[in-house]
Amino acid sequence: MTASNKKAFREGFRDGIPIGLGYLAVAFSLGITARASGLNWLQAFIASATSYASAGEYAGFTVIGSGGSYIEMALMILVANCRYMLMSAALSQRLAADMPYYHRFLMATHVTDELFGINIARPGKIVPAYDYAAFLASGPAWAVGTAVGVIAGNVLPDRIVSALSVALFGMFIAIIVPPAKKNRVIAALVLVSFALSFACGKVPYVRDLSSGIRIIILTVVIASAAAILFPVKDEEKEGESGA
Amino acid sequence: MHNIYVYILIMGGVSYLIRMLPLTLIKKEITNRFIKSFLYYVPYVTLAVMTFPAIIEATKSPLSGAIALAAGIILSFIGANLIQVAGACCAVVFICELIIR
Repeated sequence: MTASNKKAFREGFRDGIPIGLGYLAVAFSLGITARASGLNWLQAFIASATSYASAGEYAGFTVIGSGGSYIEMALMILVANCRYMLMSAALSQRLAADMPYYHRFLMATHVTDELFGINIARPGKIVPAYDYAAFLASGPAWAVGTAVGVIAGNVLPDRIVSALSVALFGMFIAIIVPPAKKNRVIAALVLVSFALSFACGKVPYVRDLSSGIRIIILTVVIASAAAILFPVKDEEKEGESGA
Repeated sequence: MHNIYVYILIMGGVSYLIRMLPLTLIKKEITNRFIKSFLYYVPYVTLAVMTFPAIIEATKSPLSGAIALAAGIILSFIGANLIQVAGACCAVVFICELIIR
C-alpha cells in the first residue's frame, strides 16, 4: 500500500465510524420489520450483509411478509433500490478510466446513500482505499444492527418497539425533504405520492394488491408522469453536488 | 410455498446488479431526457410512497405515527441530519404513546 493510499484508508475509516453508529440505530429498526415479516436473526443478518440497503430491505421484507412471488421481489428491489443505480452511474463518472474491474466489482457491493455521499464529496477521482475503509468501519454495524433488532424486538416492551419502528421512516423523510425544499416539483411529487399511496390502500380492487405491487405501480406511474411533464434540465440531474 | 433464503438471494442479487452494472458498463453519460428525468424522480417518489401511510400503520396508535411524520418533515426542513430525524421520530412516538395510552 502506498503512503497516499494509507492516508486515504485512515481518512475513510475515520469518516466511516459516525456512519456506522447511525447505521446501528436504523438497522435495529429494520430488524423489527424483519422479525414482523417472519425472519429469524440469522436470516436478517444475511439479508443485511448481502443487500446492504435500507429502503430495499424494508421493501423486500414486506414482500416476504405478504408471501409475494419471486418476480414481485425482484421488481420491488429494482424499484426500491433504483436510486443506487443513479448513484453508481454518478460514481462511474468519477472513476479513473484505467481503474481495474475488480475495484468496480468490489465497490458495487456497498454503494449506499452515506458512502456515496462521502465519496462524492471528496475532490478529484474516487480513491478505492478510502471507500473500502469507510465501508469496513460502517458496514458490519448494518448487518449486526439488523440481527440485534430481530432479537431485541422479541424482548423489548411493545411501547419501545412501536417507537423504534419509525426510525426507518424518519430516515426516508430525511432523504426526501431537503431536495423537496429546494425543488418545487419534487415537493409536489412527494405530496402526490403520499396522497395516492394512501388512496390506493382504500380503493376497492387496488387495495387487494400486495403493498409491494402497489409501490411498484405507483412509483412507475408517478415518476413517468413527472418525467413527461417536468423533464429535468441538465444542471439539476444530480441533486447531491453539495453533499 | 416460498423459501426465505431464495427471497434473500433475489434481494441480494438484484441489489448487487443494480449497483454493479452502471459502475462497470457506463462509459458515457446517459442522454435520453425521459430516462434521465425518470431516474431522477424515482427515488423521491418511491420513498414517499413507502413512508405514507406505512408510518401511521407501524405504530401502536396511528396518531403518534402521524405526529412523528409531521415532526420528521419539520426537522428535516430546518436542516436536521438523517440520524437526528430518525431519533426524533422515535422519541415523538414514545412520548405520544405515553400520553395517549
